[in-house]
Amino acid sequence: MYAYTAGRRAFEYANYAFLTLLSLACIFPLVHVLAISFSSSSAATAGLVTFWPVGFTTKSYQYILDDPSFIRSFGITLERVALGTAINMVLTVLIAYPLSKEARQFKFRTVYAWYFVFTILLSGGLIPWYMTIKSTGIMDSIWALVLPGAVPVFNVILLLNFFRGLPKELEESAFIDGSGYWGALWRIYVPLSMPSLATILLFTIVGHWNAWFDGLILMNSPANYPLSTYLQTILTKINMSSLSTDQMKALAAVSDRTAKAAQIFLGALPILIVYPFLQRFFVKGIVMGSVKE
Amino acid sequence: MAQFARKFRQIPLHLMLLPGVILVFIYSYLPMAGIAIGFQKFMPSKGMFGSKWTGLDNLHYMLNMPGIGRVVFNTIYIASMKIALGQIFPIVIALLLNEIVRQKFKKIVQTLIYLPHFLSWIILGGILVDILSPGQGIVNQFLGLFGVKPIYFLGDNDWFPYTLVVTDIWKEFGFNTIVYLAALTAINPSLYEAAYMDGAGRWKQTWHVTLPGMMPIIVLLATLSLGNVLNAGFDQVFNLYGPAVYESGDIIDTLVYRTGLVDMQYGVATIVGLFKSVVSLILISVSYWTAYRFANYRIF
Repeated sequence: MYAYTAGRRAFEYANYAFLTLLSLACIFPLVHVLAISFSSSSAATAGLVTFWPVGFTTKSYQYILDDPSFIRSFGITLERVALGTAINMVLTVLIAYPLSKEARQFKFRTVYAWYFVFTILLSGGLIPWYMTIKSTGIMDSIWALVLPGAVPVFNVILLLNFFRGLPKELEESAFIDGSGYWGALWRIYVPLSMPSLATILLFTIVGHWNAWFDGLILMNSPANYPLSTYLQTILTKINMSSLSTDQMKALAAVSDRTAKAAQIFLGALPILIVYPFLQRFFVKGIVMGSVKE
Repeated sequence: MAQFARKFRQIPLHLMLLPGVILVFIYSYLPMAGIAIGFQKFMPSKGMFGSKWTGLDNLHYMLNMPGIGRVVFNTIYIASMKIALGQIFPIVIALLLNEIVRQKFKKIVQTLIYLPHFLSWIILGGILVDILSPGQGIVNQFLGLFGVKPIYFLGDNDWFPYTLVVTDIWKEFGFNTIVYLAALTAINPSLYEAAYMDGAGRWKQTWHVTLPGMMPIIVLLATLSLGNVLNAGFDQVFNLYGPAVYESGDIIDTLVYRTGLVDMQYGVATIVGLFKSVVSLILISVSYWTAYRFANYRIF
């Protein structure tokens, strides 16, 4: 639909070049850190590493895998991801289904819907939230990491919009065959919405893996930190103290640069592993959430 | 009798909602009641009912806090830049990607640009602290090739807010690009043919067909992002800032954290948080209402 002029050709080359550079800019930082993590500490300290390890060694990884706090917090994160995701998914399905009914069929639907949506609009803020959790007595336990965020309202909205798009006749025929609401949800709605549920599942897993702030303030003992919180205290520690530029340089010159790089990479690794699956559902998921009729 | 049965048929639906209702009540509605802390000299040992009521003292204290104006300014300044550039940049990239004929290349670019979206600010913070360090950070090494003196991106008040904005765009632009690309594919191809017949070149086609086609979604996302004017990004700032850049980088959320959980001034921190919650409530309501009114958008 256009004439292939010299100008057009020049634009296309420039466009390919620009988008290539942009894409590289998105992953080079990660590649750089990966290269540092496999480099010898002297090479990393001297700043010789760019995108390929210099003086290849796996010492940093051995060092980390020998570190009991790293392993322990990794275990806590696994527990959190499993328990938290299970709770989130069950509640999302159980809430989305009644809310997807029309007010004609379920009179209280609108009241319930506003009850949940209102929490998006207004929150009590950090301190009252913290005090509430403290007074429910779950501080320092795994429950503090999974119960306060047990109802992911945005996912509920996503799923209820999907439920609404399913043909009502399926449910009606199930009712005629003697099934109740539980049966219709379990035998019709859940199997039919597997792609959406898979999207929400992956997002939930990533969310739990990445969460760090609740661990930081709700866990009194560092022994209970999930991995992201543990990494937070290590990776950004330098920043939290007031250092001059020169002190900063001196500290950065300590050979823990390679160790930190390895920790960064291990922290990102699970995300990189699920990423191919994520991105398959990703477009569908966000289009479902933000562009709808 | 039939009516009786009908009435009770909905019980399973209530039962399904019950666990969620209880959990949301405890962890979302009780904290809203806890806003009362903001009007007390709150002592955790005495609890909300035992602490002394002090009326608006905390509010006065907040208004007289040194640097509070600066913090509000930083929040709005950083958030506005993020909102504006976070809208424009993905639109440009989506338009450029739309010009790519080779589907495979397009796919690879898409795959790479939204990878950072899924990494947390802990991981990205760790990476940024390394690559932006004035010592052996690779960014400064690269700039050094052109004779640029090392820049302390995370420790210099002249640079810090812009570093925040650029790195935030870097993390998130891929996400919005995908949304805009989805809007682009929904444009009817016959519009391009008609424009071509009328003598429109590629540039004019973009201007008169593509952009108007994207307009509804652009307006919608821009409107909804207005609710974020006080959200300058706690996760990011918290993991990148330090006392050296409080002047240019301290935002409401980080101030609440430090006042409340580090300095234990619970009442003051609550009132600052309440101020933010109320302004955000108004902004979000207005933006959702506008989106509903003009784009017929409803969240559920």
